[in-house]
Amino acid sequence: MIKMENVNKYFGDLHVLKDVNLEVKEGEKLVIIGPSGSGKSTTVRCMNYLEEPTSGRVYIDGKEITSHNKTHINREAMSMVFQQFNLYPHMTVLKNLTLAPMKLHHKTKQEAEELAYHYLDVVGLRDKANVYPTTLSGGQQQRIAIARALCAQSKIILFDEPTSALDPETIQEVLDVMIRLAKENITMVVVTHEMGFARQVADRVVFMADGQIIEEGTPEHFFENPENERVKQFLGKIIRS
Amino acid sequence: MSELFSVDAWEKVWHYRSTFFLGLGNTVKTAFFGVLLAFVLGILFGLMATSSKKGLRWISRIYVEVIQNTPVILQMCFLYYALAFSNHSVSIIVTGILSLGIYHGAYMAEVIRAGIESIPKGQFEAAQSQGFGYIGRMYYIILPQSIKIILPPMVNQIVNLTKNTSCLYIVGGADLISLTYSFVTGVNTGGAYAPAYLVSGLLFFVICFPLSMIAGKWENALKKRERTMVTQQQKGEVNAT
Repeated sequence: MIKMENVNKYFGDLHVLKDVNLEVKEGEKLVIIGPSGSGKSTTVRCMNYLEEPTSGRVYIDGKEITSHNKTHINREAMSMVFQQFNLYPHMTVLKNLTLAPMKLHHKTKQEAEELAYHYLDVVGLRDKANVYPTTLSGGQQQRIAIARALCAQSKIILFDEPTSALDPETIQEVLDVMIRLAKENITMVVVTHEMGFARQVADRVVFMADGQIIEEGTPEHFFENPENERVKQFLGKIIRS
Repeated sequence: MSELFSVDAWEKVWHYRSTFFLGLGNTVKTAFFGVLLAFVLGILFGLMATSSKKGLRWISRIYVEVIQNTPVILQMCFLYYALAFSNHSVSIIVTGILSLGIYHGAYMAEVIRAGIESIPKGQFEAAQSQGFGYIGRMYYIILPQSIKIILPPMVNQIVNLTKNTSCLYIVGGADLISLTYSFVTGVNTGGAYAPAYLVSGLLFFVICFPLSMIAGKWENALKKRERTMVTQQQKGEVNAT
């Protein structure tokens, strides 16, 4: 479903992704963990071409994504949930959810609204349809952002640290929504520091450090007997805290 | 100043009122089409200034710097006489529309650039990740949010452009100021300086003041909407805790 081949990314002189090779199967739930600055976010941002790789190739559903077809591929195949939610503040929640379906997916207003209310139910926020996003708490905004991503009905959803900007008490409500989603046949790539979530939901966990994939495996393998010293240290710190 | 209280002088102005209305008409016509041109150029070069393509940014920069750092009167003379000597003589009104449109277009470009740059990067990324192309991103998401930042300085430019029609005097214009000047220095009409300039100023004021007023009201309305959104948010936070 997603395939990255020898992807390198430089920001100026900084080499943030070093020859990353990664494949995600259809319906797979892949969780990427690792210390900050390890290139996790850049990896998912290369998948939908928010960052253009300096070298290497990215394939979505067998098709190479380029700066020319990225808009089309994003429209058809992928959605993204951001750390900072990035809801459109000048539109009500309902408008946020119906904009892309109406303008990009040629749905009628009625179809788009039915879809929107369906996914508002999924995230448990039907009663917020007509308010502006800034009136909501962080956790609520992120749940709306997830509903917005779902409205595109794409096969892939990328999550870039979806709970890192949230107050501790609202993290769980967002994770609960994501856990429910994981039961569907959606391909999910999730960058996160939530180890409980990784353990519960991931089919496969990838550990990144210094722009490289250091280790990958099932959650059981990861959390019970990781091989790499770096991984042990990292998990030790995270789990202790 | 004695003629200020001279009934004769006021009668003279009244008698030749059609001169003032003719000037006013020319000023309004020049300003109207000048604003349209400035608007088009402003949007075009403002968008170029925020483009990801370096070449476009440079073209926009050069236009803005050259136009903003030379006097508008010089630009008018250049346009008028350069075109006249190359046998492309254009009417005085067209000269006014072109030169003022180009001059204020440079300022509008800066206003629009600043407006676009004030929108957080996440908004562009969210739109891109949903599959909106450049025009969709700008039209649905970025410009509606930057309008309240763009609006006040934009109206300022419209008012300034209207007042700058007076510079057309340098190429023998038929605008309000030029005709007022011909009137007060004319063989048959001369002498009524104070009443003539007072009337002329009043006519300018009658056009420009409502513009400023409307813009002020609109800006306040936008700000008020934002405040209500914030208060709702604060209320929400109180309820949440």
